[in-house]
Amino acid sequence: MQKEYTVTVYTEDRIGITNRITVIFTRRGINITSLTTAETEVPGVYKFVITVLSTRDLLEKVVGQIERLIEIHRAFVHEEDEVVYQELALYKISTKALHQGDIEKIIRDNNARILTITPDYFVLEKTGHQQELIGMLQKLEPYGLIEYTKSGRVAIVKWSRRFHEHLKDLSLQEADNLKD
Amino acid sequence: MQQKDVLPMKSEDSDKRTAAAPEIITGAEAVIRSLIAEDVDTIFGYPGGAIMPIYDALYDFQDKVHHILVRHEQGATHAAQGYTRAGGKTGVVFATSGPGATNLVTGLADAYMDSTPMVCITGQVAAVLLGTDAFQETDVIGITTPITKWNIQVTRPEDIPGAIAKAFYVAKSGRPGPVLVDITKNAQVGKLDFQYKACDYIRSYKPVPVLDIEQVKKAAEVINSAKKPYILAGHGILISGAEKELVALSEKAQIPVASTLLGLSAMSTSHANYVGMLGMHGNYGPNINTLEADVIIAIGMRFDDRVTGEVASYARQAKIIHFEIDKAEINKIINADVAVHADAKEALTALLPLINKADHAEWLETFRAADRKEEEMVTKKELYPTEGQLKMAEVVRLISEQTDGRAILVTDVGQHQMIASRYYRFKDPNTNITSGGMGTMGFSLPAAMGAKVGAPDKTVVAVIGDGCFQMTLQELGTIYQTQIGVKIVILNNNFLGMVRQWQQLFFDKRYSSTEMINPDFVQIAKGFYVPGRKVTERSEIAAAVKEMLDTPGAYLLEVVVEQEDNVFPMVPAGAPLSAIRLA
Repeated sequence: MQKEYTVTVYTEDRIGITNRITVIFTRRGINITSLTTAETEVPGVYKFVITVLSTRDLLEKVVGQIERLIEIHRAFVHEEDEVVYQELALYKISTKALHQGDIEKIIRDNNARILTITPDYFVLEKTGHQQELIGMLQKLEPYGLIEYTKSGRVAIVKWSRRFHEHLKDLSLQEADNLKD
Repeated sequence: MQQKDVLPMKSEDSDKRTAAAPEIITGAEAVIRSLIAEDVDTIFGYPGGAIMPIYDALYDFQDKVHHILVRHEQGATHAAQGYTRAGGKTGVVFATSGPGATNLVTGLADAYMDSTPMVCITGQVAAVLLGTDAFQETDVIGITTPITKWNIQVTRPEDIPGAIAKAFYVAKSGRPGPVLVDITKNAQVGKLDFQYKACDYIRSYKPVPVLDIEQVKKAAEVINSAKKPYILAGHGILISGAEKELVALSEKAQIPVASTLLGLSAMSTSHANYVGMLGMHGNYGPNINTLEADVIIAIGMRFDDRVTGEVASYARQAKIIHFEIDKAEINKIINADVAVHADAKEALTALLPLINKADHAEWLETFRAADRKEEEMVTKKELYPTEGQLKMAEVVRLISEQTDGRAILVTDVGQHQMIASRYYRFKDPNTNITSGGMGTMGFSLPAAMGAKVGAPDKTVVAVIGDGCFQMTLQELGTIYQTQIGVKIVILNNNFLGMVRQWQQLFFDKRYSSTEMINPDFVQIAKGFYVPGRKVTERSEIAAAVKEMLDTPGAYLLEVVVEQEDNVFPMVPAGAPLSAIRLA
């Protein structure tokens, strides 16, 4: 059965690494629905958080093939209940809307915050799960929404302590190498 | 040893591939010096604009590095593959940017599928021109990412030694594979402080897994309690050098051994426990007994679809023990009951003392009974026909007999490949070179050329179909120029035989574009100053094979064989192994 999975991949910082990872999804005909990457607490090690619609069985194989790449440390596949995750959305709305209806209630109910206000527009920010972000989007639509944009996922794996030990080992090892 | 003359070493205990004293040289010279430090003495390549500085540097090292000028870059890759698989040293290829680089693609894909180490070095346009559609610029890194074990673009001269060191380490270690190093022209002409340090560690790469002895114990337990254990020997045996351990395991517990196409020659064909080849055109017993065994011990193989047939019905009765160095292959196609993620030799060495002596005579006898049936229905009339046109199999039999199975057999792809793999009687390891996973037509002529360079003391016989030969025949030019003594046997049925066989069996004999109207192959060889002979009669063939083997240097023997012969047994594609046909 297809459902949403979060794939996390720990990589070296190399040109083209994204392509190396995504091409493996491409070969299996799996569409990536979001992809977020940034450096971890270990300098030079990057973490990719990739969301896909697929099956566990297929993704285990994909993850195996990703791990085989030379510049990949580890790759994992997680079901929704194995990760704590967040996504972020920005909403640009006409300033006129501030005087209509109950914008304040929407902001309060959603724990959104105002990032900037200009004479023409203001920008709201909300973090949450996709459904929550879309929920606020729908509420804002009647108020002259100018633009909406959403990030990919950032995720922390509930059982990830062991791998993080490994990451720490890496940074220690690097420090040792520098000493030589 | 050679690099001693080139690269002075400070301390006695430093690695032989590691030099200490830095020198200012060009990037191009650093390429050659790095290769020499990796003990490279042979390169297959083809020059062009973007790699000219490297070729210029090579000019000064001709006494140390022999460059073999091929006639097409694809030929260089297959030659490097043959060189590696026959001689054990990593093959090295040079090509220029753009079309030179794209011509490497087939060989890289082939080497990647068949786990063959190879280092390809391509020239690239200057870094400032990257991405501008400059003359002969192509994104070779993008193109080759899915078909190389690793690749890298180098744009600064100082990065060259490190990239080449890493390339050799990655290519050779773990499950081997091809790598590509793309070097921009500015990096070739720029200067660096040269110091070579061999690579033996990459923090994100663990080529050889730590053997889990508990898994080995579990495997031993399952094997010791098996009534019908069955070993499937793959290419991994040859790569890890576990041939002796394989034989020891088989002999200790009297376990029959079948081979995959690429595992051929890991065990002598004449060993009493060797039962034949697996796969679509493998032997009858090995295929049907896959459905009878209670324990399957798969070693260094990957359950290719040509081996499994229909996966859903594959060996459901058997417990599967899978010894495999590449974790991604474990549970990829067939789920393992016991997976041993390890190097084959290391794992088998640990396994052997845990295995009880056993006797499975009755079980082995079922293979022999199947053999007798195959002999009666297929083999006899293939190997010893008395009438009709010449058969591919009898030609292969004669080559096998007259070389005593000691020649390196290099086959191309199709009917002749299956026939040669079925009927050649291998004696020594690494004497079978073929394009397995990729099935690359045109592989064998250049691969045989490389094999002969890699193992000059061996007789190398390329068995080629008439279709395959015409894909890479220009390498006869390389064979002539470099005086490479390969024996070339063209089994000519004037058809793309395997496709024609499928058309006959599965497409209602609609022979769409499979008939070949062929040139005079002996005349072609003559044009390249390679002697040859064409044989059509059974009465001449034994003497002709002898003449080929006795003639010093290269020789081309064209044998006109039965046009519409089929290879049997055959498991139709995607069918269960039980659907194997003997006729």
